[in-house]
Amino acid sequence: MADVNDVVKYTSKDFSSSQDVRWCPGCGDYSILAQMQRSSPDFGIKKENFVWISGIGCASRFPYYMDTYGFHGIHGRAVAIATGVKVNRPDLSVWVATGDGDLLSIGGNHFIHVCRRNVDLKIILFNNRIYGLTKGQYSPTSEKGKKTKSTPFGSIDFPFNPLSLAVGAGATFIARSLDRDPKHLQEMMKRAATHKGTAFIEVFQNCNIFNDGAFEILTEKDTKADNVLVLEQGKPMVFGKNNDKGIRLNGITPEVVNLSEGKYSINDLWVHDEFDADSTRAHIISRFAEKEGFPTPIGILKQEIKSTYDADFHEQIDNIKKTKGEGDLRKLLFTGNMWQVNNNN
Amino acid sequence: MEKGSLELNDVTVRFAGDSGDGMQLTGTQFTNTTALAGNDVSTLPDYPAEIRAPVGTTYGVSGFQLHFSNIDIQTPGDSPDVLVAMNPAALKVNLRDLKSGATIIINVNSFDTKNLRLAGYETNPVEDGSLTGYNVVQVPLSNLTSKALEGSGLSAKEIGRCKNFFALGMMYWLYSREVEPTTVWIESKFKNMPLLAEANKKVLMAGYYYGENTELFTTRYYVEPARLPDGMYRSISGNEATALGFITASVKSGLPLFLGSYPITPASDILHELSKYKNFGVRTFQAEDEIAGITAAIGAAFSGALAITTTSGPGLALKTESVGLAVMTEIPIVIIDVQRGGPSTGLPTKTEQSDLFQAVHGRNGECPVVVIAACTPNDCFNMAIEASRIALKYMVPVILLTDGYIANGAEPWKIPEPDEISKIDVKFKTEKEGFFPYLRDENLARPWAIPGTPGLEHRIGGLEKANITGNVSYDPENHEFMVRLRAQKVKNVENDIPELIVTGDENAELLVVGWGGTYGSITEAVNRSRKNGKKVAQAHFKYISPFPKNTMTILKRYKKILCPELNLGQLSQLLKSEYLVEVESFNKIQGLPFKSSEIEHKIESILGEK
Repeated sequence: MADVNDVVKYTSKDFSSSQDVRWCPGCGDYSILAQMQRSSPDFGIKKENFVWISGIGCASRFPYYMDTYGFHGIHGRAVAIATGVKVNRPDLSVWVATGDGDLLSIGGNHFIHVCRRNVDLKIILFNNRIYGLTKGQYSPTSEKGKKTKSTPFGSIDFPFNPLSLAVGAGATFIARSLDRDPKHLQEMMKRAATHKGTAFIEVFQNCNIFNDGAFEILTEKDTKADNVLVLEQGKPMVFGKNNDKGIRLNGITPEVVNLSEGKYSINDLWVHDEFDADSTRAHIISRFAEKEGFPTPIGILKQEIKSTYDADFHEQIDNIKKTKGEGDLRKLLFTGNMWQVNNNN
Repeated sequence: MEKGSLELNDVTVRFAGDSGDGMQLTGTQFTNTTALAGNDVSTLPDYPAEIRAPVGTTYGVSGFQLHFSNIDIQTPGDSPDVLVAMNPAALKVNLRDLKSGATIIINVNSFDTKNLRLAGYETNPVEDGSLTGYNVVQVPLSNLTSKALEGSGLSAKEIGRCKNFFALGMMYWLYSREVEPTTVWIESKFKNMPLLAEANKKVLMAGYYYGENTELFTTRYYVEPARLPDGMYRSISGNEATALGFITASVKSGLPLFLGSYPITPASDILHELSKYKNFGVRTFQAEDEIAGITAAIGAAFSGALAITTTSGPGLALKTESVGLAVMTEIPIVIIDVQRGGPSTGLPTKTEQSDLFQAVHGRNGECPVVVIAACTPNDCFNMAIEASRIALKYMVPVILLTDGYIANGAEPWKIPEPDEISKIDVKFKTEKEGFFPYLRDENLARPWAIPGTPGLEHRIGGLEKANITGNVSYDPENHEFMVRLRAQKVKNVENDIPELIVTGDENAELLVVGWGGTYGSITEAVNRSRKNGKKVAQAHFKYISPFPKNTMTILKRYKKILCPELNLGQLSQLLKSEYLVEVESFNKIQGLPFKSSEIEHKIESILGEK
C-alpha cells in the first residue's frame, strides 16, 4: 500500500474523471459515486495506486467516473479480474464495483471464492434488487413473488441474502449501508479501505426506474428509525424512534424487546462485537431483516484479521527464493538427465 | 547360455497394462534411459480418462509407445515391434496395432480365467492359436516378482505393484540398456520409503538377470546412438517444453510470469511444471474455474505481468468471452490450448486438432487474435517464447495451440544456450506528456501504462473505444474504424514472422501441408515417398493467424495440395477460403495421431503407384 506520509492531499474532485455520468437522473448510484469520491482522499492512498474493476450492469459503469486506473470487464468477472490485479500487484488498492446480478448471479462463483481466499479486495455491491441495464427483470436478491417483466405472475425464486452468503464464504469484512445515508456510507468505505482482506459492503441502492422505493422504509425519515438498526462496535443493539426497542439474544435466538415496558433494560441487550471470532452471531445478524418485527441492520457485521491470499502468495515466493536462490535460467534448462552429442569424437 | 547379438536401426516398443500397472512410468523410464544412451526417441503415451478403471477390463488399458533409433526420427512409430502385455486386456486392445511377426511379451500369470473373461476372451489366446505368426514370449512375471520379493516385508498388494519394474529390467537387458538411470531415479523417488526403494531395485535387477538367463530370449538387440547435431541434450515432453518456454520468455522480457489456470486434461502438466518454479518469481494461480483463470490473467496483464492461461478445448470454449475482452482492451495475454478430442468432454486423454476453428473464429463479433501452433514437443519451447513476444509487442491476445500428442510425447531436446535467445523488449509508458490509452505505435499497438504510474490513470473495458482517447464510443464510423484496426493489427504480425518453408522435391507435383502436431508423421511420410521416387514437397504451418506472407506464392506453385489433419479439414477450409486454391483434405478423427504410413499411402494414391 502507498506510503501514507507522502500522499498528496487530494480532494473529491481529484477522483472525478472527465466522463459524463450517464446513470438515470435520480439513481442511487450517484450518491455511491459521490460518497466514494468524497471519502477516497481520506484513505491515505496515492491516486495512481487505486484500481477500480467492474463487470457489467449499471453499477459497473462506476470505474469510468473515477479518475483512477479502471477496468470495465465482462459480466460477472470483476472479482476474478481484480484477483489477478491484486495477486500480481499487492501494492495496489483494488476496488470492485458490482451489482446484484453481476456479483450474485453470473459472478456468484467468483464471489464465494474470493471471500474464501481472503484476497485483499474491496467489493461494493450496489444492490437494487432488480436488473436495470437489461430493463427490469428480477434479480437473485429480488423478493419472492416480485412481479417484473420476466415474472409477470410473480417470481418463485427465493432470494440470496448477500450478507449471509459473505459470512458463509468467509469474507473478513462484511458491512451494509444505504445510498441515502451519505455519512454512514462514507464511514463504511473508509473502514473497508483500511481493512486487510476481502471487504464486502452491500449498499442498498434505489433504482428509481425499475424498482423505485425498494428501500424506502429504511431511508425515509419517518420510518427509518423503527426499521433500521445501526450496528456499532461495543454498543447494545438499540433502535426505534425513541430508542425504545432493542435486541437480545436468547440462546441463539434473537428477540426484539421493548425497553419502555420495564421488563428489559439496555443491560439485557446484545452488545455488538464486530470482531467476534465466531461468525455464528454475524450470521444471525445477517438474517434479522427476514424476521417479523426485526429491523434491518446497517454497519459492520463482522471483521476478522486473517492472512490475505495475496500476501501469502508473495511470501511463499519470497521464501522459496530464499531457500532455493533466485532462479537461474541456464541451470533450469541444463538440468536432469543430460547427455552430450559430439560427432567428432 | 551364449546368446546372439543383433544390431537394429530402430525399434518400436509398446508397454501396456492396467491403468494401475505403472505403464506410463515404465515407458518414461525406458525413454529417459534410451535418450541417455544417445538414441533419438519419440514417445506416445496413451491412457484412459479414468484414473483407475475396473482392473482387467479393456477400457482400463494404459499404454506407452516409444520409438528409438540410430537416426533422427519424427514419430513414435506406426506399429510396435514389441508389445509388453501385462494382462489379457492389454493384449486384446493392442494386438491389432502390431507389426506382423512382432514379439509379444506377456505376463502369463495374469492370463487366468478371471482376467480372460474381463478382457472378453472366450478362450486363452496364448493357447488357442490366435497368436500364430507372432513371437510370443510367456513370462511368469507376477510369480517371478513375488519370488524376488520373498521376505521383503511388503504386502502382496505392494509386491504386485512392483512387477512393472521386472518388465522394465527385462526390456533393459533385451535392448542392451543401462539400469543405472532407473536405479538412481528409484533412490530419489522413494527416498523416504527405503523398503520400497530396495524392492523396486531388486525387482528391476531380477528382470534384467531373467532376460540374461532365460532361454526364452536367444538374441539381445543393440541400437547405435543417433547422429544428432552436436550439443547437450535432455529428454523433454511438449508440456514441459511449454512451461520452460514461458519461464524463458519471462526472464527475457523482464516481466513476472503470471499463470491463471484451472486443471484440465491434457494441459494440467503445464500448471504443475510452472508451479515448481516460484524461485523464478513465477506466479501460478489455480483459479475456481476456466473463466477466472483467464480473467485473472487479464487482470495481471493489465497490471504489468506476462500473463498466460492454459487449457484444453472445453476450457477455451469457456474462456471465449474473455478472449474477446482481451481483444477489445488490447491486453497482451497468451492462451495455450492443448487440444484433445471433442466436442464437449469428448476424449479427454486423446489427441485431436479440432480446435483450430475455435481458436481462429470462435468468438462473438469481429474478433481476430494471433493463432500459432507448435509442431513437436521441442517446438513447444520456441513457440511459447514466440507467443509471448508477439503478445507483448502488438498488445494482442495470442492463442498457442499444441495437442495431447506433442504435449505428452517426449523426444531428445538440444538445450539452447539462454544467451542465444533474443531479448523481448517491453516498455511501460511512464511519461504523462502526450499519453492516450489508445494511441498507436508503428505496429498499431497501444501504450501499456500500468497502475501505479502517476498521471496516467485511465480506464479501459469491453465497450467499444474511440481510437487514441480510449473513451467509450458508440460512433458508427469509429466502430468500423476500430474493427478494421484490430484486424490490421493482427494482420501486421505477418511482417514479423518467418516465411513458410518448403522442403522436399523442387519440382514436386504435390505439396503436403499441415499444421501443429502432425509434423512428424507428415515429414516421415514425405521422406519415404521421396525415397520411393515420388515428386512431393512439404510445408508446415506454425503461424495460422495470420498466415506467413508467402503462403499464396507457395500454394499457387503446386498442381496438387494435400492437407492431412486430425479433424474434418479445418486448415484446408481456411486455406481454401483465404487463397481460393484447391486443397485435398485427408482426415483422421480417432483420438490418435496419424501413422506415417497412412499419409504415405495417401500420397501414393494421389500420385499413382509406380
